[in-house]
Amino acid sequence: MKDSSVGAEALPITIRDVTKTYGDVHALDHVSLDIRSGEFMTLLGPSGSGKTTLLMVLAGFTRPDHGSVKFGDREVIRTPPHQRDVGMVFQNYALFPHMNVLANVAFPLKLRKVPKAEAAARAEAALETVQLGGYGQRQVDQLSGGQRQRVALARAIVFEPRILLMDEPLSALDKKLREHMQIELRHLHEKLGMTTVYVTHDQREALTMSDRIAVINHGRLMQLDQPRRLYDRPANRFVADFIGESTFLPVTVEGQAAKVAGKDLLLAEAVDPNRKTELLMRPERVRILNGSVPPDMNVFDATVSEVVFQGESFLIYADLAGGTSIALRASTFSDPAAQVPAAGDTVSLGLHRDDTVLISAEEG
Amino acid sequence: MAVTEIAGLPPEQTAEKPNAEGLRRDATAERMTMLGLCSPAIFLVMIIMIIPVGWLFWLSFLGDDGSFTLEHYERMVNRKSYARIFWTTFEVSILTTLICIVIGYPLAYFLSQLPARAATICLIAVLLPFWTSLLVRTYAWLVLLQRKGLLNDWAIDAGLWDTPVKLVHNMNGTLIGMVHIMLPYLVLPLYGAMKAIDKDYLKAASNLGAGPVRAFWTVFFPLSLPGLFAGGLIVFVLCLGFFVTPAVLGGGKVIMVSMKITDTIEIFFNWGAASALGVVLLVLTMGTLYLSSRLLRLDRVLGGGR
Repeated sequence: MKDSSVGAEALPITIRDVTKTYGDVHALDHVSLDIRSGEFMTLLGPSGSGKTTLLMVLAGFTRPDHGSVKFGDREVIRTPPHQRDVGMVFQNYALFPHMNVLANVAFPLKLRKVPKAEAAARAEAALETVQLGGYGQRQVDQLSGGQRQRVALARAIVFEPRILLMDEPLSALDKKLREHMQIELRHLHEKLGMTTVYVTHDQREALTMSDRIAVINHGRLMQLDQPRRLYDRPANRFVADFIGESTFLPVTVEGQAAKVAGKDLLLAEAVDPNRKTELLMRPERVRILNGSVPPDMNVFDATVSEVVFQGESFLIYADLAGGTSIALRASTFSDPAAQVPAAGDTVSLGLHRDDTVLISAEEG
Repeated sequence: MAVTEIAGLPPEQTAEKPNAEGLRRDATAERMTMLGLCSPAIFLVMIIMIIPVGWLFWLSFLGDDGSFTLEHYERMVNRKSYARIFWTTFEVSILTTLICIVIGYPLAYFLSQLPARAATICLIAVLLPFWTSLLVRTYAWLVLLQRKGLLNDWAIDAGLWDTPVKLVHNMNGTLIGMVHIMLPYLVLPLYGAMKAIDKDYLKAASNLGAGPVRAFWTVFFPLSLPGLFAGGLIVFVLCLGFFVTPAVLGGGKVIMVSMKITDTIEIFFNWGAASALGVVLLVLTMGTLYLSSRLLRLDRVLGGGR
C-alpha cells in the first residue's frame, strides 16, 4: 500500500566494485551489492567496518577510488550530493538550529522552487506522516530526541526522494523509544515504499527492520541475506559471532560425517569436507532434556557450572565431556515442571538437527 | 502516607526527621564557604571597576573650586565642536568595524576550513601582531603610508598614480591603522563560531538539494552570525575608546573623544571636563550595547545559547 502523496516509483541501487582506501586501510574493498527497488536494506557491521563509508558513497559525501553506483539506470558515482535527489537522515539529525521545524522540513522544497503555500502544506503533511502535525512553529531545541528524529525523517521524505538513506538514526534514543521507532520506521517504509538503505551496528535493530541485511566487516561484504536466513545459516564465523549469541565447538570431519567429541552429529546440511568447520551453538536453541530424547536430536552430556538469572531467561553455563564450555538459555516459567538445574548438576542437552549448523572456522 | 510495606525494606519513619538540623547547617556552611571564596573577586571588581567609575562620575560634577556644577556637561551641549568629536568617534568606529567585517569574515572562513595544522599556523600569523607594541605597529604604518613612504614610492614607480596620495594624517590613515589592529579581535571569535558549526549541517543542506553557494548562504552564514556580532561588537567598543592610532595616523585631523580627554588634561588640566567626556562616552557606549542587544538579540550572542 503506497501513500498517495508519493508519486515517484522507488529505484533499485546497483553498487559495483566500489573501493575506498585511506592510506593502507581499505575502508571499502571491492564492494558489490544490489539493492532492490523498494527494499529495506540494512548495512550491518561493527564500528570501522566500512558500513557508514558505503552509505556516504551513496549520498555522495565520500568519493571512492573506483567503482560504480547506479540509481536505476543513472550512474551517480560522480554526481555531487545536491544533485543526487536522495533523502538522508543523519545520525545527529543535523536539523538546522536557526530554522523552526516547518522551515527545516520545507527547506528542500524551497530549494526546488515549490511555491510557498504548497511547500508549507507539503511540509505539514510530512510532519503528519511522522505524527508531528502541528509542531511546525516549534524551535528545534524545544523538541525531544525522538521528536527531532521524526523531524529529520520528515525533512528527508518531504521532497519524495526515491531513495532514503539512514545513518544510525536511532542510536541517540533510549532503548524503549528506539524499539518503538524501529516498528514505526518499518511501517513508514511499507507505506512510502521508497528504497531504503539503513546503517546500524545494532544486530537486533537490523533483524527487526530489514528485508535483507548486508553484513560488512573490514570493508568487505560478509553475507547478504534475509534476517532469518542470516541468523539460522550464517555464512562464516564472523557473521555467526556478530549476530546473536554463540558458542563454537571444534568438529572433526571424516568424509560425510562430522563428529564432536567422538560422536556423529545429525546435520541440517551436508558437510563440506574441504573446509575446516565448527559447530555453531545458539544458547536459546539448546534445550535441557528430561529423560526422553525426541527424534532428530543431538544429545550432549554436560555438567552445569553456573546459572545466571537475567530476567526473561536464565543463562546457564555447562561443561561438555570433552572439557569445552557452552552456554544455553532456559525460560523463567514459574511452574514447578520447569525446574532449572543448579550448578554441579549433570544434564542431558539436546540440539535439534535443523539447528545443528556447521560453519567455516575462518573469520570470513 | 500509607504505603504498602515491601519485604526487605525497613519500616517508614514519619515522626522524626533524622539529621535534618545537621544537614541544614551543612548547607549554610557550604554557602558561606562559597561566599568566602568569591570575596577576593568581589573585592577586585570593587577596586578596579566600581570605585574608579564612581570617582569618574563624582569628578565630572566638580567645578574648579570644588563645588557641585553642571558646567562640564553644559559646555558639551553648547559647543558644536564636542558634537563633532563624538560624531567622528562613532564614524571611525563604525567604519573600522565594517571594514574589519568585510576583510575578517572571508579570512575567518578560510581559516575555519583549513586542516587543523595549517589553521594553527595561520592563526598564529593572525595573532603575531599582538606580540608587537601597538606604538611600533602604528609608526610602522606611518613609515609605509606617508607622502614619501614605501607605498607611495612603489605606486608611483609602478605608474599607478603620478603624485603622492595622502594616505596618512587623515581618515584614510586612521582607518588603515585601526583595521589592522582590530582585525584579530573580530577574527578570533568569528573563527571560534565557525569552527563550532557542525559540518553535518552543510552535508544535510547539500543532501537536500542546496549547491555549495546556496548551502553557504542559507545555512553556514546564518549560523556564523552570532560570532560575527560578538566580534563586531568587541571591535566597535574597543574603537570607541581608541587613542594611539588615531592620534598618530590621524595627524590631528581625526579627533576622537579619547584624544580630546588627553588634551583636556594635559593642556587645560581640567579633570572635571575630562571626566565628563569619559562619562558621556561610557553612557553612549552602554546605550549602543543596549540598542544592539535589542536589535541583534545579543542574549544569543553572549549567552552562547543555540
